[in-house]
Amino acid sequence: MQRYLLRRILQGFGTLLVISLIVFLLARLSGDPLNIMLSEEASKEDYAIAAKHWGLDRPLTEQYLTFLGNAFRGDLGTSIRLRRPALELVWERLPATLQLAGASIFVSLVIAIPIGVLSAVKRDTPLDYIGKVIALIGQSMPSFWLGIVLIWIFAVTLGWLPASGTGSFQHFILPAVALGWYQVAAVMRLVRSAMLDVLDSEYVKLARIKGVAERSVVWKHCLRNAAIPPLTYIGFIVAVLLTGSIVIETVFAWPGIGLLAIDAVRYRDFPVVQTVVLLYAAKYVIINLLVDVAYVYVDPRIRFQR
Amino acid sequence: MAVAADRVEVQAQAAPRRRVLGQSGPVLVFAALILVLLVVPAVFAPWLAPHDPLEGRLAHKLKPPVWLTGGSWEYVLGTDPLGRDILSRMIYGARVSLSVSLVAIFIGGVVGTVLGLFAGYFGGWTDSLIMRAVDVAFSLPTILLGLVLAVVIGPSFRTVIVIVSFLLWARYARQVRGEVLTVKQRDFVAQARIAGCSHARIIFGHILPNVTNTLIVLGTLQVGYVILLEGTLSFLGVGIPPPTPAWGLMVATGRSLIVSAWWVSFFPGLAIVLTVLVLNLIGDWLRDRLDPKLRQL
Repeated sequence: MQRYLLRRILQGFGTLLVISLIVFLLARLSGDPLNIMLSEEASKEDYAIAAKHWGLDRPLTEQYLTFLGNAFRGDLGTSIRLRRPALELVWERLPATLQLAGASIFVSLVIAIPIGVLSAVKRDTPLDYIGKVIALIGQSMPSFWLGIVLIWIFAVTLGWLPASGTGSFQHFILPAVALGWYQVAAVMRLVRSAMLDVLDSEYVKLARIKGVAERSVVWKHCLRNAAIPPLTYIGFIVAVLLTGSIVIETVFAWPGIGLLAIDAVRYRDFPVVQTVVLLYAAKYVIINLLVDVAYVYVDPRIRFQR
Repeated sequence: MAVAADRVEVQAQAAPRRRVLGQSGPVLVFAALILVLLVVPAVFAPWLAPHDPLEGRLAHKLKPPVWLTGGSWEYVLGTDPLGRDILSRMIYGARVSLSVSLVAIFIGGVVGTVLGLFAGYFGGWTDSLIMRAVDVAFSLPTILLGLVLAVVIGPSFRTVIVIVSFLLWARYARQVRGEVLTVKQRDFVAQARIAGCSHARIIFGHILPNVTNTLIVLGTLQVGYVILLEGTLSFLGVGIPPPTPAWGLMVATGRSLIVSAWWVSFFPGLAIVLTVLVLNLIGDWLRDRLDPKLRQL
């Protein structure tokens, strides 16, 4: 168990190292950052001074190592556009993005789990087919379009909910639904197929023979065991949601990391872009690690293997 | 523990693809019909589109669809802010979306499959190296990477294909590797080796045919995903550059007009939904037919 965890942590660390290199090279490939930082009248001497100041006159390998060393100390550079530490900027926007991601995971779980369980229990009935249709339609809709259509219906035509911005509970509803619906399909399908497997198993038959109430069999005995595949998938969901939030934040003018990143890319503010990419990658690696740990915890067969 | 980790991975891979929609004949006929309705106009766009997709008449800007007051049969689905016919642009947009997806899936699929075959077959260092690369590819934020690449190389048709195939190869590599791990245990591989076949011949002549079904299913299901991805990139302004008609870009154009002219965004988005839905239906059916392992689950 410890050896396995240690290996996974080292692997995750290696992944992040490679990503930091990719990000660094991409930023350098996009052109000389001095061209953006200095005004057009800057002389050659100005360039030399600035290059020296920012360490851009050093060889690339040395620059990368410096970047890496600074990154370890939590210094991911300064925003060229806003002249503030990049990490600080991202940190400020983090709560908004996390709140939105949390709300949409909530939306997708609340809708997906009951539908998934019901379509497994009522297999091959109209109810099951309706569930499948919801699954496929949800998965076929581009979230940016769904967002726009939701705004059109609920904000413009009906006037029930605000079209953009943050501040109140109502502001959460449209972006959370637009972001969450795509996942409903996947989670529902996972829950359904996992439930079907479990419903068919020997211990469920035994529970029924023992006379355990059907409701308890379905929601307690089965759902707990059927939770394993979806649990793994929730890791992917969180990753997808945070990427998807870039689009949804643009549509709903939600002041999160996604919006910050888009602006940073547009203004070629690469320290901020680097920070966001690194943070997202780190988050993905950590989530996967946590999911693996949770997996080991939920499934005793893995826990007691060694 | 390593065995357990692999099992986790296999399940996580297989589970999201388990979808039951098979033996539904009428639905499939419907899906095939819609697909034909999408592909035929895309192929014969110059003859079928009622208007030029690029040239608009400003005098006719923002005409509503035919069934609303002010609409006419000349512009069945209305016009955009530059007076261009939305239906015609959607027909040409289908061309763009479909060709981008097919080319990108082909490139990403070939690269991913070859790497997956090598990783699964040779194991050891080759496997570790390739699978760590897959880890890296999976942990990069897709859309953001697309944005950065588009800024670095500059948005164009080619850029979109590079970005999308770069984002796709890892899925193929992971899936194929998993399959190869089981296929290579089978007797015929050992027999081929004893008979003196080279590694290359075993990989491409004996193992590859055993994973083609997976490749076909994965490919079909990914056309839909790629159309969504291309739409998203275009929507964010880093996909196909204007004035080429691309569905995502058309949705983006109409975004600020949603109060006054909803049709500018709505119909191109609907085209994406329909296309992806139909491709998912067909992909599901193919999987049920071609991949008995997954059907049993």
